[in-house]
Amino acid sequence: MTSTFLGMPGTVSMMGYSGKEGFPDNAAKAVRNSQLRFNLRKATGTIRERRASVVAELPDWQGLRQAGKAIKDHTLRDLDAYLVQLEEAVTEAGGHVHWARDAAEANRIVTGLVKATGETQVVKVKSMATQEIGLNEALHDAGITAYETDLAELIVQLGDDWPSHILVPAIHRNRSEIREIFVRHMAEWGRPAPETLTDDPAALAEAARLHLRERFLSTKVAISGANFMIAETGTLVVLESEGNGRMCLTLPETLISVVGIEKLLPTWRDLEVFLQLLPRSSTGERMNPYTSMWTGATEGQEFHLVLLDNGRTDVLADKVGRQALRCIRCSACLNVCPVYERAGGHAYGSVYPGPIGAILTPQLRGMGTELDRSLPFASSLCGACYEVCPVAIDIPTVLVELRARARHGVAERAGMAAAGWVFKRSGRLARAQRMGGRMRRLVPKRLPGPLGGWTDTRDVPAIPKESFRDWWTRTDGGNR
Amino acid sequence: MRVALFITCVNDTLFPGTGKAVVTLLRRLGVDVDFPEAQTCCGQMHLNTGYRDEGVRLARRFVDVFAGYDAVVVPSGSCGAMVREHYPRLAEEGGFAAAVAETVPKVYDLSEFLIDVLGVTDVGAHFPHKVTYHPTCHSLRGLHLGDRPARLLQEVKGLELVPLPAAEQCCGFGGTFAVKNPDISAAMCGDKVRNILDTGAEVLCAADNSCLMHIGGTLSRQKAGVRVMHLAEILASTEPEHGESR
Repeated sequence: MTSTFLGMPGTVSMMGYSGKEGFPDNAAKAVRNSQLRFNLRKATGTIRERRASVVAELPDWQGLRQAGKAIKDHTLRDLDAYLVQLEEAVTEAGGHVHWARDAAEANRIVTGLVKATGETQVVKVKSMATQEIGLNEALHDAGITAYETDLAELIVQLGDDWPSHILVPAIHRNRSEIREIFVRHMAEWGRPAPETLTDDPAALAEAARLHLRERFLSTKVAISGANFMIAETGTLVVLESEGNGRMCLTLPETLISVVGIEKLLPTWRDLEVFLQLLPRSSTGERMNPYTSMWTGATEGQEFHLVLLDNGRTDVLADKVGRQALRCIRCSACLNVCPVYERAGGHAYGSVYPGPIGAILTPQLRGMGTELDRSLPFASSLCGACYEVCPVAIDIPTVLVELRARARHGVAERAGMAAAGWVFKRSGRLARAQRMGGRMRRLVPKRLPGPLGGWTDTRDVPAIPKESFRDWWTRTDGGNR
Repeated sequence: MRVALFITCVNDTLFPGTGKAVVTLLRRLGVDVDFPEAQTCCGQMHLNTGYRDEGVRLARRFVDVFAGYDAVVVPSGSCGAMVREHYPRLAEEGGFAAAVAETVPKVYDLSEFLIDVLGVTDVGAHFPHKVTYHPTCHSLRGLHLGDRPARLLQEVKGLELVPLPAAEQCCGFGGTFAVKNPDISAAMCGDKVRNILDTGAEVLCAADNSCLMHIGGTLSRQKAGVRVMHLAEILASTEPEHGESR
């Protein structure tokens, strides 16, 4: 991969963004790309409908949702104890546990583990945690090539691109673009695409299958994340659709799993709830095609678990924001979000785009850049994300909470202070309304400054001669 | 029953016709509504833009002004949702939880007050036009008004209610969102307007004038020939029609 990793060590990868431009600017560029808007509308619309229909089948969906929330909250409350329990269970089963404070430490641990095997190539199962820490770039710098094996991640990697969706990283690409990427770049990474490749989905999948098959059979080290870790037995769980995960998790001699500390569940029994919630919320399936579970290592194989903090402990300390740690990365909130649908994932400048990204990224990365400050405002607070969230994360409330912590511009502060002063006494409001009424004909068709964004596409409402409260007083509530 | 009208600052200042329509409608149904003049704003704009302290102050002011009423009627989904969804949390921090627990359960959206409190769906209105209804996010997902507005509209004589495609999608207003993210907001509204025009309706109705101001401003700029009306204004219309247009 030739892209430069611009993220600060110890934080969340910025995926090539400098962070100087805020979300509104990034989104404005994306919204003008009609191909992107068409791809996104089609893809999110399809998943949205599929999710809605499989969720509607379950009579106890709201009960499941509350159970998911309760299990996660319980686990987070006693996270320290459960993590130690997990470490003991994994070690007992023949695995090795490593603790990583931040992205730099996690990358150092993984790079060291791969180097110790003497290998220079690794296969990867799709993993958000390793993208978060910019692992592929760190491995590249150490002379190790990481091969993505999930179809969409492969498309992103071959295209020297960034993922734009949690579940469907190449959602911004359509099949003719994918064909183009395969034909041009597959040969640089291994078995080339057939010369006669069409953009038929089955043909594209077959080309990827043949390309990847060689890789699975020849690579000795695999890197994965995990959807869940079970404290009582030390078991890790990966849900996937393509079978590439199963290959990576079973064939290589060494498996390294990088997992966020919040992915923990206390018992096997808890898993039952999430195996229902996650597939229905993410792919809109009743059950995902492949569920792989492993506990420690079998003879002749090595297993390393890298437990990643990278800001999560700080999030956990935050009373309102901590609910973001319940997230199971299903991406239902992305698919239902009208802002994501039009802006696309890249505008968020993080591996976590969409509504969950708008609350997770500024908490994990802080609000030091223009981009990260603008993320909590990348929402109309329409509430669709909260409604579909399988673990009931109240995203709008967390957004509003983060907005209160953001730095505001001078003009805005002055305007809000003035409005606050007016609303403090009803007499002031009445006088302001009368003044507005007298100047009603002076309101320009194009408003100045930041308000110009409104009048670019919308007319300003006519200011009435008389406010409601003046009418009420004048007519004694309409009685005169 | 002592009933107060919380007009909301937006309606008070920009859409007084909606307030007059609520008064007319409730009087026709035998309810004498009071307008406590000390009321100003619910604090939604401040809270949602990140000015929490001001939001808390305005929330406290609201519960003081409306204490003692048996019902407070609000003709705005987003202001109603601010009071019902966010006041309890703000009150806990601000130390006025008891006042909120006392007043907030008595706050009703207009359609809730008509159907749940007064028990009427036929309010004796007459409005011979083709109308489509946009449920608005906070009426739908905040207040959970469900089909109440549609049930009221269906009983209006002469009114033809046509369904709006993708009705539950946000129009892109979102208060200061429309100013901070103008391009995405405009793109969202563009799609909303296309869906409205597809219905062939003459009038777009909603229970929130903020959203209507946004959609109406776009319809007007496009000279689309569709007018917007608050639910209260349609329900207040009788024969001969005197629905106010904007």
